[in-house]
Amino acid sequence: MLTTVVAVSSDNRTKIRRDALAMAAYAGAFGASFGAVSIASGLDIAQTMVLSLVMFSGASQFALVGVIGGGGGGLAAIPTALLLGARNAFYGVPITRILGRAGLRGPRRLVAAHLVIDETTAMAIARDEPDEQRYAFWATGTMLFSLWNIGSLVGALASSRVGDVGALGLDAMAPAAFLALLWPRLRVATARWVAAGGALVATLLVPLVPAGLPVLAAAPIAVVAGLLPRRRHEESS
Amino acid sequence: MIWLAVVTASLGCYLLKLAGVSVPAAWLEHHAVRRVALFLPVAMLAALVATGLFDAGGRLAVDYRLLAGMAAAVVALLLRQSFLVVILVAAATTALLRALT
Repeated sequence: MLTTVVAVSSDNRTKIRRDALAMAAYAGAFGASFGAVSIASGLDIAQTMVLSLVMFSGASQFALVGVIGGGGGGLAAIPTALLLGARNAFYGVPITRILGRAGLRGPRRLVAAHLVIDETTAMAIARDEPDEQRYAFWATGTMLFSLWNIGSLVGALASSRVGDVGALGLDAMAPAAFLALLWPRLRVATARWVAAGGALVATLLVPLVPAGLPVLAAAPIAVVAGLLPRRRHEESS
Repeated sequence: MIWLAVVTASLGCYLLKLAGVSVPAAWLEHHAVRRVALFLPVAMLAALVATGLFDAGGRLAVDYRLLAGMAAAVVALLLRQSFLVVILVAAATTALLRALT
């Protein structure tokens, strides 16, 4: 295979587009579940779509509607979504390296920034050649943004026709989504302790503080765990 | 109040992404900062699972059908199923138990 060519070969472009489409199709289905959960949590279709179009970050979106659905009003939901969205800032480091200063000039930076999420970062850094990395980022980003939003709209429209949310088990979808998002992050032992601590603190605080705050109270555990000296067996993971 | 949360949090999340591709990499590559960022979603997602299961309007309570849905989700995760299967299995299990009980 010609790996020395400067531009991405059309074979590789096709392959990257196919991978990106598979991920985007999956995100579309996941977006539908978000749309359904959002409506079930008491948001309307316009609010649901503003989240998918502007926030465009699955975990933060689910968290925001989860806190609102749990009775947490609006104000506690904001910092919860932001703290979960903070990781996207850190994906900016590899993405800036991949796109380069030239690729981030002017309005391109504003568009590229919007597409910096788990999936686009993973797809971009998985490629070896810089041109392929850039192509993978833009291909995944544009397809995933489109299908995530179409999926959200379909899910929201379908869910708004359902009268009894509980009968279809829609209220189980949000915690299951959180669990699925959490699961791959539990490979490191320290992360498992952080998760157990976060769950425990939140549960203990449920009867004591207004809704929404128990989730926020879990954040300091992450800060403490992050500032503690790193354990040696963690190095390899 | 919902609109305020939706708009503020959406713009805030976008600004976080924009900051990531705008500030010097050294700021974000600080060791402790990276570790805190790594653990934040872990602590908060775990807290969201817990409150989703045990928070019944400000008091602790358990809906066993919801809990069974979560158990089914864990089985799906152990079987390495995709997110979507996990979510649908949880909803279907809870719905089925609600229909039966």
